[in-house]
Amino acid sequence: MTDALFAPAAGPSTGPVGGWRHARVLSADHPHPAAVRLRLDVPDRVDHVPGQHYVVRLTADDGYRAQRSYSVASAPSDPAVELWVDRLPDGEVSGFLADEVRAGDTLEVRGPVGGWFVWDGSGPALAVGGGSGVVPLVAMLRHAQDLGVRERLRLAVAARTRTLLPYADELLAAGALVALSREDAAGRAAGRLGADDLRTLVGPGPAFVCGSAGFAGAASRLLVELGVDEGAVRVERFGPTG
Amino acid sequence: MATRGFTGRRRETDPRLPPGQYDTGRDWPVLTAEVTPNLRPETWTMSVDGLVERPSTWTWDEMHALPQSRYEGDIHCVTTWSMLGTSFEGVSVDLLLEAAGVRPEAAFVLATSTTGYTTNLPLADVTGGKAWVAWSHEGRPLTPDHGGPVRLLVPHLYFWKSAKWVTRLTLLDHDVQGFWERNGYHDRGDPWTEQRYQGD
Repeated sequence: MTDALFAPAAGPSTGPVGGWRHARVLSADHPHPAAVRLRLDVPDRVDHVPGQHYVVRLTADDGYRAQRSYSVASAPSDPAVELWVDRLPDGEVSGFLADEVRAGDTLEVRGPVGGWFVWDGSGPALAVGGGSGVVPLVAMLRHAQDLGVRERLRLAVAARTRTLLPYADELLAAGALVALSREDAAGRAAGRLGADDLRTLVGPGPAFVCGSAGFAGAASRLLVELGVDEGAVRVERFGPTG
Repeated sequence: MATRGFTGRRRETDPRLPPGQYDTGRDWPVLTAEVTPNLRPETWTMSVDGLVERPSTWTWDEMHALPQSRYEGDIHCVTTWSMLGTSFEGVSVDLLLEAAGVRPEAAFVLATSTTGYTTNLPLADVTGGKAWVAWSHEGRPLTPDHGGPVRLLVPHLYFWKSAKWVTRLTLLDHDVQGFWERNGYHDRGDPWTEQRYQGD
């Protein structure tokens, strides 16, 4: 039994507060050809807890709608809500956000949502992310830096190459363990994230794991093999949801 | 509010798709909040307890000795994918509830998994041929990532209600929120009225 599952939800709010809001796009830039970083001005915004996500809803002229959830990268203290969206192959929503959206547009959003994959900075935690799974971890990192408790967050991130790692510069500058499978990084030889990378990071508090289903499964099994209690592992998997 | 420039790609409106859902085809995404357990059928049991006349427990073999039934139809995940025209095999929850004898004051069910995951459902949503304890999908054993060897199946509600690795149904006279429900998701989760989050 994993008693953590029975614990009360963390954070002040877990469901989206209120309904859909009309967010103004402050900027839409492309740090990578297949990704967009959106900074949104959300009216009547309720502060999120790092790890939470927003829902973005697109509506066509004939009323057809599509909505997807995206993790927040910004800290609660940031006046804007920052989302990082990887353009998925054939992604109906991610493709539109990456290719069409520009500053000045209005997007319908709802959030913040989520009470499980959240870290408020009040205690120690380990966070392991792969690819765009690092996005909620960046919110945690920025929040830790805001609070002056950077040392509470043990951070390991992975991607195939530095180009494919969202927020690579920021993560490296913050001293995160960066594992690139195809390139050397900060003195670490190319190779997949493994037990040797994570062994020294294992410790007290929850272990957040975020990434593709394959990454999240492998990383969470690795942590359990290294002695992390199964009940301490909180997993967020990115499905192919367009 | 129309979104500037958005036309949408999947314009064929299959009547089986609830609002806001898309057809994932044969690709079944994995979404789990916890470590996938290595659950052994030999030690797994299924229990029905709470407001019942005869709290009951079945082993893997006992469950398989019960009359089997099959669901053919669609499933819908709150993350907006739906899988259309699929099938699952297992045992109807009706059989388990009949064996245990549901007391008249029971109105809700809390499903619990071996991992401690929980989800709450109105009793009416798991009776009358609407819910199963399932161990195979399209004729093949359920894989661990998809809840194997055994999961709850409540296909007319969003799929987080179909608890993976289910081991117990507890009948209650009041609604007790489960894992995702405490974390912001809806207490019932009807995809046709888009009951995604608390308050929808």
